Amino acid sequence: MPGLLDHRLLFVTGKGGVGKSTVATAIGLLAAQRGLRTIVAELSGQVQIQHALGHRGERFEEVELAPGLFTISIDPQHAMEEYLRVKAGVLGAALGHSRLFGIFAMATPGMRELLSVGKVWELSQERRRSEGGAAYDLVIVDAPATGHGVGLLRTPRTFAEIARVGPIAAQGATIAATIADRDFTGVIAVCTAEEMPVNETLELEAELHSDGLALDAVVLNAAYPRRFDADEAAALAAASSDAETVAVRGALHAALSEHARAQTQSAQRVRLRSGLRAPVLELSYLFCEEVRRGELETLADELDLALAGLGGAFA
Amino acid sequence: MSIAKLLEGKRVCVCAGSGGVGKTTSAAAIALGMAAQGARVAVVTIDPARRLANALGLEALQNEPRRVGPERLAAAGREVRGELWAMMLDPKRTFDELIERVAPDPARAEEIKANRVYRELSSAVSGSQEFTAIAKLYDLQRDGGFDLLVLDTPPSRNALDFLDAPGRLTSFLEGRALKTLLRPTGLGIGVRVLGRGASPLFGVLRRITGVDLLSDLSSFFGLLGDMTEDFSERAAAVEAMLKAPSTAFLIVTSALSPSIDEAIWFRRTLGESGLPFAGAIVNRVHHDLLDGGEPDGLAGPLADALGPSLGARVVQNLRDYHLLARRDGRNIARLQRALGPGPLIQVPHFDDDVHDIEGLLAVERYLFASAAERAAMLASVVS
Repeated sequence: MPGLLDHRLLFVTGKGGVGKSTVATAIGLLAAQRGLRTIVAELSGQVQIQHALGHRGERFEEVELAPGLFTISIDPQHAMEEYLRVKAGVLGAALGHSRLFGIFAMATPGMRELLSVGKVWELSQERRRSEGGAAYDLVIVDAPATGHGVGLLRTPRTFAEIARVGPIAAQGATIAATIADRDFTGVIAVCTAEEMPVNETLELEAELHSDGLALDAVVLNAAYPRRFDADEAAALAAASSDAETVAVRGALHAALSEHARAQTQSAQRVRLRSGLRAPVLELSYLFCEEVRRGELETLADELDLALAGLGGAFA
Repeated sequence: MSIAKLLEGKRVCVCAGSGGVGKTTSAAAIALGMAAQGARVAVVTIDPARRLANALGLEALQNEPRRVGPERLAAAGREVRGELWAMMLDPKRTFDELIERVAPDPARAEEIKANRVYRELSSAVSGSQEFTAIAKLYDLQRDGGFDLLVLDTPPSRNALDFLDAPGRLTSFLEGRALKTLLRPTGLGIGVRVLGRGASPLFGVLRRITGVDLLSDLSSFFGLLGDMTEDFSERAAAVEAMLKAPSTAFLIVTSALSPSIDEAIWFRRTLGESGLPFAGAIVNRVHHDLLDGGEPDGLAGPLADALGPSLGARVVQNLRDYHLLARRDGRNIARLQRALGPGPLIQVPHFDDDVHDIEGLLAVERYLFASAAERAAMLASVVS
């Protein structure tokens, strides 16, 4: 089995709100630090990653954020125009600019996903078909939330099946084969140690298996530090009833809350690890104002350590 | 301002927001609270936490609201004067039922349901959840006999998808774009047109998509026939329902910056689309426990009370917490400025994540309290 960063294409999915974009960017930073020419792709025209790294938010273009680290915001409409231009030249471009065709194509269920994943596939190819495109060693996709994320991976095969023959079927089949190639494509789930995200992650692994795909790793994000043991927690609770000022009671309350959350997380972490086949990489909770470059670098370092901890070929 | 006040006279409440901000919990807590006050309420959820679903008796996918037994709620210490009903949406089934309702006869409905394009369309994850959630809401509002419907929206990346997706699917079903595209051939839509392809654009379309796909699409739209007009009519009625003054959009958000950005953007979009915004709910807020004070001032007293090692860790923990509280406070102030005088209700970050009836009741207490009561509840944590 190849190491996580030996893949050419990595899809990062997970329940909403667990920090997918942050983790996808941190993986990108780590890969770039290791000398891989890396691009992190956001879908649906999002530009969160550029904002986190102090860029303004260019759409559609490949932007270099740090040495060796690029990003792109993929928009289905733009991807379609590019595809048509490459596939059918001037007439294709005309079709791409046809408003009616645009409405029809965008309204066709699954078409937006197919176009987005098609662009991702294009980015991952040794010989890029887009004008002036240089090859990447690693393409990381900040994919939609779990359910829609699986839908995204499934779309090319679905189109290959509906269209049966013809160019869309052929293109769909090629992309589906790339996704099914476990040496080429990896899937990472981001999770927090809470009831719903753990459930979704376990279900995601089962669902990927039933589709003939696999979950390559789970990043357990935002793990609280274990600051107090059980005896100390009891001491804090006792002190709380004697505390004289509101501020001291507030401090003790915050400490007891942190302890309770860390304990809840421990139980969920056990549930996750015992139900999962994929290896788990843990990242600490960030006590910060905003996630910026410094925080992302901290997470990249933690990931580096966590991968080394898994040992063997995985690191 | 409490939720009960915001929803006075409302018949539909849509809880919208980006993924992972507590929409499902908020929707369920709102429905529970309104039922407790005497209304007959149904909550339509998309994908509730399993333990919460079990607690509400939602194990089976019925695709129709089922009454939550008052004894379940009473067991958790909540008396409900009205009725609480709940359902989990089954998009595929809702789609099938819609076709059955709109089709001129059962045979046609069966043909459509067997069509390959339809099968893909109705089970595609993206689009069909949003479309069927709204379709279900509309039917329940028309025929359900509920005082209030509360809709939890699908877990999309951004809240706007929820508004866009149903319209996109409707315009696909109407087939208007494809029909117009094929019109230059003078033959309208039908399989026979595929052999000719008079317009150059059509030729490219055929070259790019393949003949089979086009013929499947043609036969699908052929089967739909006049039904496309019903879809258009329904779409217009749904839009009227969403824009009615008896509908309330609640924006649900966390206190984190990306989620707040999305909430502000969504608020603006609601305004531009003529959809009635009622208020915002901010979940998982870290409240200021120091009443404006600074953590470092507590190092002495805490070391005295707890010893140097434990005391120092409590201070460090407080510093970390305080940073989050200040951040949340700033983000919420930013949201409040963007909302103008619009109501904003804060729910604290609980020690345990909310996924059962007890958790739901905790959220409900905050949502249904007045502003003064909420402040008192927060203060009671440390007093």
